[in-house]
Amino acid sequence: MRIAAASSPRTLGGERFRRRKAVDRLMAGAMILSAVIVLIPLFAVGVYVVQQGWPALIGHFPSILTEQSPAGGQLIEGLKGTLVLIGLACVVGLPIGVMSGLYLAEYGRNRFGDVVRFTADVMAGLPSIVAGIVAYSVLVLTTKHFSAYAGGLALGLLMFPTVTRSTEAVVRLVPDALREGGLALGISRWRTIVSIVMPAALSGIITGIILGVARVAGETAPLIFTVLGNNNGFIGLTQPVPALSLQIFQAVASPVDPTQDYPVAYAGVMLLFLLVVVLNLLARFVAARRAVIRG
Amino acid sequence: MNAMRTSQARPVTGTAGHGMYVERLNAYYGAKHVVKDVTLRVEPNTVTAIIGPSGCGKSTLLRCLNRLHEVITGAYVQGKVLLDAEDIYAPGTDAVQVRRLVGMVFQRPNPFPTKSIIENVLAGIKLTGRQRGMNPREVAEQALRDAALWDEVKDRLKAPATALSGGQQQRLCIARALAVRPDVILMDEPCSALDPIATLKVEELIAELRDHYTIVIVTHNMQQAARVSDRTAFMMVDMGDRTGVLVEEGPTKAIFNTPKDKRTEDYVTGRFG
Amino acid sequence: MQEAISKPAAQSTSRGIGGHRGLHGDALFQGVATFFALLILVIAAVTVTTILYNSWPTLTKYGWGFVSSDVWDPTVKMLFGARPFIFGTLVTALLALLMAGLVGIGVALLLVEMHLPRWFRVPVSFLVELLAAIPSVVFGVWGVFVVIPLMQQDVDPALQHVLGWTPFFGDDVSGGHSLLTASLVLAVMIVPTVTAISRDVIRVVPDHQREAMLALGATRWEMIRGAVLPYARPGIIGALILALGRAVGETIAVTMVIGNNVYIGPNLFHGADTLASRIAASLGEAADLQLAGLFELALILFLVSVALNAFARLLVWSVSCGSGQVV
Repeated sequence: MRIAAASSPRTLGGERFRRRKAVDRLMAGAMILSAVIVLIPLFAVGVYVVQQGWPALIGHFPSILTEQSPAGGQLIEGLKGTLVLIGLACVVGLPIGVMSGLYLAEYGRNRFGDVVRFTADVMAGLPSIVAGIVAYSVLVLTTKHFSAYAGGLALGLLMFPTVTRSTEAVVRLVPDALREGGLALGISRWRTIVSIVMPAALSGIITGIILGVARVAGETAPLIFTVLGNNNGFIGLTQPVPALSLQIFQAVASPVDPTQDYPVAYAGVMLLFLLVVVLNLLARFVAARRAVIRG
Repeated sequence: MNAMRTSQARPVTGTAGHGMYVERLNAYYGAKHVVKDVTLRVEPNTVTAIIGPSGCGKSTLLRCLNRLHEVITGAYVQGKVLLDAEDIYAPGTDAVQVRRLVGMVFQRPNPFPTKSIIENVLAGIKLTGRQRGMNPREVAEQALRDAALWDEVKDRLKAPATALSGGQQQRLCIARALAVRPDVILMDEPCSALDPIATLKVEELIAELRDHYTIVIVTHNMQQAARVSDRTAFMMVDMGDRTGVLVEEGPTKAIFNTPKDKRTEDYVTGRFG
Repeated sequence: MQEAISKPAAQSTSRGIGGHRGLHGDALFQGVATFFALLILVIAAVTVTTILYNSWPTLTKYGWGFVSSDVWDPTVKMLFGARPFIFGTLVTALLALLMAGLVGIGVALLLVEMHLPRWFRVPVSFLVELLAAIPSVVFGVWGVFVVIPLMQQDVDPALQHVLGWTPFFGDDVSGGHSLLTASLVLAVMIVPTVTAISRDVIRVVPDHQREAMLALGATRWEMIRGAVLPYARPGIIGALILALGRAVGETIAVTMVIGNNVYIGPNLFHGADTLASRIAASLGEAADLQLAGLFELALILFLVSVALNAFARLLVWSVSCGSGQVV
């Protein structure tokens, strides 16, 4: 007889069931505990930064910006340096990032595209110190000169993979209907991409760029041996220059006079933290606006 | 005696069939009222088909029968659903116990891809642990025989479940559901993803299962309902408030040949839907 | 619009779009885009070549001995070996992963499976991502001024009291700057990576798998264990490996708290160096053979990083492409 009668005794409820429910509750508790464990250091860092940084920054604002710390120089100069370096990184990273992302999305569904994509992913994991040492070798050892250019190169190396990937992802999302619409109107392929597809993907590309910028704004390791830092302020692209993250590192890791260096470092931390948070929020804002517009 | 509510152990034996009685059931997804005031009797050891046009709430109704509806955030139910004499929605009743007693087979076959064929069959049994004198391999073999799949897989029980064809995977899911010996088996359009030959095999299987299980099947295929079921319930969207309502239910022959409600007649004669 | 569609030829010549010029434009544009894509490969090649070139002196002098030598002495003996730093990198990264992995996956499960109300889920998600955006140097500063005193005054003595009989918790040689401190700071830094990627991977597990498990009468945890985690396992492992890759490459925060010693041994309270932190600490004054040695450290670091990254991408990619898809 193929279908067996339901004659084997089965037990419902009882000891085993209670145990299963208990395990279920226990694991739920473990998950909540994990969240608590994760949030504690987060709050600790955030609270610390604000607690030390805010008074240091606001208490002596704006003089703290021009306070000459023996280890790193003036914060305002560091800020200038950071912004210039971001600019240089963009010069290096954006064209490569955006155009290669575009290539991968529009023309890259082939073997070559796979190789490029894989390489970009691998470069995304490049340790920041390795980017620094490569720029050191290419621009500093050769010219016997530390410079903003070298720093920009290192940061650009770190920036472009992020932009490549996010650009590709966003451009791929643009519906084919738009491309076909453009082509059906007799617009050539490249014009379709430039004037129809790119604008549609623009806010996504911008989000990716902002996130890339936020990442490199806080980088320190690649700058140690490329821009070196400069107590005399920002004096030129071919010279060693100060940068915010670098000043903080120098003030804390190798302070000359802690009483002067540390307060500047704290203010610098607050400044850098604010910069990075604002950039991240900006990126979110742009992404959210895109979602709203798209409906 | 109230096994689903208390945690007292209750041995269940016997071949007596199990019936269900749905009393004034209303189902909601948050503020959206999708099933309204459904009252329906499911007789033991019968196949009851629920038919109706898309969007009329038949799947939702089915999911209320094993308390799967409430898994979705914000979804809830009002009314009673009795399994034999116990209301599965009575306060204190654990949904986990209910689902052990009321099994389900889904529209698209969903075996666990990381598990082998035999591991899939035994997945439910593993939860409640080994009973005294129970041999897992025998249980698996029995379930696979009951699902008309044993001969096709007996030489490759350790093969991954994804190695099977669509129809075989669906029968594997049926075997998996049978292995835990539920009282009632729910089937949500079990053949809609299968080719005609696989569909036929599953329909034959349903006919055989009827002797030992109570089956409720949702189908959008009227001919299938007519072939396979003893009783049929017809649901539709109420034009007024856009909720799903039970228009008519009764013996399958009556519903198809002599429907009482005009809407039923329109539907089964193909005038719409 | 209508005219354009019905009279493409006439319109296109008068507008100057399409036709002969358009095709040139297309080829040119594609060429430019391809050029930049090619540039990525060139950059990768240049990166590898530069590091190889600059590490040539020690590569040729020591060969494989570089990896197995414990000695790093730039001042007296001019002998260089990478083993202490490979050791430091492995210990800190693996310890960090151990601490961050379980907890990170737990949070990911919490966010996806526990049907939390939006007012809880969204801020927690947001905060975890914010943690990921904090620059390394900020963690370094926090590490120096908060974690190290904490370790030195409270944690290390307590650990030594309870577990001092094991070789792992010997004497606090470097005043709080240690392998353990570095591992802790690293753990905090990589948790967001674990959580974010695991969360994405777990979210992708199809609901029909969860329903299948629930329909058999499983509790929520049994559903997670039986249906969700097995399905997501390759992706979760990918997340862990990516996090490991991050930990391996992390430089500044580690440099500031690890003590910058050359050390191989079981004492977690001892100062040490990772590949990255040794490069960061020494590159400034390095020359000749030591410089080449540092470049070779960078080479090792690069290769390890690449391997971890590539492996992880494959795993995460395989899940999102639906490995083991049904029917």
